Amino acid sequence: MMLVSFLFLPILAAILLLFIKNNKTAQWVAILFSGLSLLVALLMLRIPTTDFNIAWLPNLNTRFILHADGLSKILILLTAISFPAILLATANNEYKNRNVFLSLLLFAQAGLMGVFLAGDALLFYFFWELALIPIYFLCSIWGGEKRIAITFKFFIYTFLGSLFMLAGILFLNAHTSDHSFLINSFIHANLTGGEQVTAFALFFIAFAIKMPIFPLHTWQPDAYEQSPTAVTMVMSAVMVKMGLYGILRWLMPLFPAAFMAHTHVVVLLSVIGILYASFIAIRQDDLKRLIAYSSIAHIGLMNAALFTHTQIAIQGALIQLFSHGINVLGLWMVADIIEQQTGTRSMQQMGGLAKKQPTLAILLVGFALANIALPLTNSFVGEFLMFTGLFQFSPWMAACAGVSVVLAAIYTLNMVQKVAYGAISEKINTMQSSNKGAQAVLIIMLIIVLVTGVYPQPLFSLTADTLQELFVK
Amino acid sequence: MNAIIVSTLLGVIMMFCSWGIKSQQVQKNIALIGLLILIIANLSQSYGWFVVDFDTKGMLKYSFFGLYANTLLFTLTFIYVWINGEEIAKISNASADFYSLFFFILCGISILTSFDNLLMLFLGIEILSIPLYILTGADKKNMFSNEAALKYFLMGSFSTGILLLGITFIYGATGSFHLTAPVVSISTGVAQEQILLSTGLILLFAAMNFKVSAAPFHFWTPDVYDGAPTVFTSFMATIAKAAGFIAFINVFNSQHKALGYSWTLLLTFVILSTLLVGNIIAVFQRSVKRMLAYSSIAQAGFMLFALYGKSDISYESTLLYAVVYSIATIGIFAVLVKMKENSFEAFNGLGKAQPLLAFTTTVFLFSLAGIPLTGGFFAKYYMLSSLLKAGAGLWLVLVAVVFAAISIYYYFKIIQAMYFTAGEPAINPLPSQYKYQLLTLAILLLVLGVFPNLLLNYLYF
Repeated sequence: MMLVSFLFLPILAAILLLFIKNNKTAQWVAILFSGLSLLVALLMLRIPTTDFNIAWLPNLNTRFILHADGLSKILILLTAISFPAILLATANNEYKNRNVFLSLLLFAQAGLMGVFLAGDALLFYFFWELALIPIYFLCSIWGGEKRIAITFKFFIYTFLGSLFMLAGILFLNAHTSDHSFLINSFIHANLTGGEQVTAFALFFIAFAIKMPIFPLHTWQPDAYEQSPTAVTMVMSAVMVKMGLYGILRWLMPLFPAAFMAHTHVVVLLSVIGILYASFIAIRQDDLKRLIAYSSIAHIGLMNAALFTHTQIAIQGALIQLFSHGINVLGLWMVADIIEQQTGTRSMQQMGGLAKKQPTLAILLVGFALANIALPLTNSFVGEFLMFTGLFQFSPWMAACAGVSVVLAAIYTLNMVQKVAYGAISEKINTMQSSNKGAQAVLIIMLIIVLVTGVYPQPLFSLTADTLQELFVK
Repeated sequence: MNAIIVSTLLGVIMMFCSWGIKSQQVQKNIALIGLLILIIANLSQSYGWFVVDFDTKGMLKYSFFGLYANTLLFTLTFIYVWINGEEIAKISNASADFYSLFFFILCGISILTSFDNLLMLFLGIEILSIPLYILTGADKKNMFSNEAALKYFLMGSFSTGILLLGITFIYGATGSFHLTAPVVSISTGVAQEQILLSTGLILLFAAMNFKVSAAPFHFWTPDVYDGAPTVFTSFMATIAKAAGFIAFINVFNSQHKALGYSWTLLLTFVILSTLLVGNIIAVFQRSVKRMLAYSSIAQAGFMLFALYGKSDISYESTLLYAVVYSIATIGIFAVLVKMKENSFEAFNGLGKAQPLLAFTTTVFLFSLAGIPLTGGFFAKYYMLSSLLKAGAGLWLVLVAVVFAAISIYYYFKIIQAMYFTAGEPAINPLPSQYKYQLLTLAILLLVLGVFPNLLLNYLYF
């Protein structure tokens, strides 16, 4: 029942919110319900979970199965932390029809939770789409100037990808012995080598678009830039993880041979993407676009780590799934506070934040350091493991990807320098006393960054069972 | 037999209603009661409570599938009349005449769901088509309506001619009008008969494609759908078309074996061109009504996938697709009929002005596009699944999927106008009851989007 509540709570809240017209009440209801999800998620870490399994469509042989292992749990924990944090941090932002905005956001949460829990392919596909559709409306209604065209591009891109996945699901379903959609039947599906490659490609396209992997990334920076910041946070902290999750949960166990056959191609693409995104990030003046490209680079590294198929790299990626979410959330939140108060995202017009708003500047530096994976921060653990694995896979690839660490330092520190130091600029000078709620959230998250950076063992033990599943069998 | 007799009787009764009863509202209510009687009569045959029957020498054969299809199509007609009654009344002050034409169409449908003989197929199609020609031209003072009716009539008669020619050839080859006969004759038939039979079947195939507006026989569709009064376009594009598909499947489910491999080739060609023409041209339309006409061609392409299958699932998928597509299309046309103009711009700002209406429209469009949580998803899902089970290649599924993604483009143009573009929607005032009627349709689609078996389970009981 605990697993169902991850779907039930946000959906209930989303429906309730449609009827709450008062902005303040709506905000608190949303925070309350997402907080409840967080409590359940924390509870889930302490006590063992039981699968939820009922028949759904008997003549299609599909079941409503929710199952949580370490991989699911770490992503559920991330989702459960992200939503209340985002809602608290953006509580003072102005949105017209706030209750609808929050309602759609919580629908997206339900979709995301469902994706991370589904143990049945058709159910997985359902939630995969359910997470996408609210985001489409959120970006198109509340986004920036060019929102409609850009969101539409994003939507068609991802929808086409997921339709390919649907074709893959159908294809696999036709090849299972019991004609079901259970993940276990899919693993034991009767596929020839060629069929496995086809199905692999169909699934991979969907995941690659979602992450996104070079050269399918073109929708992302625009979409991040144009979306309302709360939605950008959801997309970059949690939604991109759907792609990585898909690879770990479906691609790797379902098509082991095809997976091994394509490791080099995908790692190469990822490394190209990492370098490409890092170089572009250096040239950005827009704070949101910089974080967006930096995020592409980080996701690319995680994808490369998964495709090395070495135990150590995958261990690193599992940790990084969580850490990257926290770090990128922190960066977005700082960027959002600055944008809300100064009305600009151009780094040229910033400067002197450290003098004007010392607390915020400290927080910015903290997350910036986490972004370049400095020791003592959470990313260091993950990236170190991933680079080790990548090196075992291919020293050349590791060397190329390693350049990105330097590049990350360049663009991140450059950003810190432009924003935090120097004389107080005109725009920064207009900043009022900063948002206490958001700062409290940021401080808590910075504490998470440091604690998991110094003592990552809980995260290791949380994901141990997934790793065992992937490698021992 | 119940449905055929009762629908004919009701058609005649409705015809005389316009004499004595002047109130349009009463006429609508009589039609609704008539439809209920028809549904009950059909149910009573399906479950064997009370059956009127006489020997038709095997020309009609009742299967549960056919009877169930009747029930569904009659129910859809009921919903259609329930929602559109007021609009029908606006077209002319004799709406009883239109209702009587609907009952004749339903009679044609009852024949098309149960024929076992090519003559009955011909009769059914004619009984279905002729009232449709009249309905197309119902708006007598409108030039476009007249033009559309004439066009439809000429093209329709021509295709009926081809249908007859095909039937004649088949008769010449097999010496029988019975559906099962040709298959028997292949093994024994000589080469000449084989050619005659194949030619006949191909002609039959072409004529049926015309009726369901599949490319390259689709050219009448946009003009007719555009010219006809919008309420009747809604009926033509949904219930009449669905009946056409059921007839199509009935004929070719056994007959296609006579064509051997070339059947798959033919079918693939028709499906691909239908998907291509429908989807690509729909993208460029500026009028919502014409866009829906092309989208209905595109949807026909999807429904044709059912012809690949040989198993139960192809019947299941036809029914589900027909019902879900009809509900969504009736809904979207019911919205369109209230708009002052047919352009996409007319929908600007509808989300703000009429949130409930905009929500229902969104559900209809989602369903047409095949997005999960709406019935349209499972309709498309079942089609693709029956396609794979029939052993068609994965590439065909992928092509279908790409076209489904293209269809998002034109369906979502309306959603973009409603929610993301500010403006004053050009919409006529709506009675609040109307909105709730549409909401009922939307809820039906959402329920079918989670539990499609609510509809399909009855097939097996």
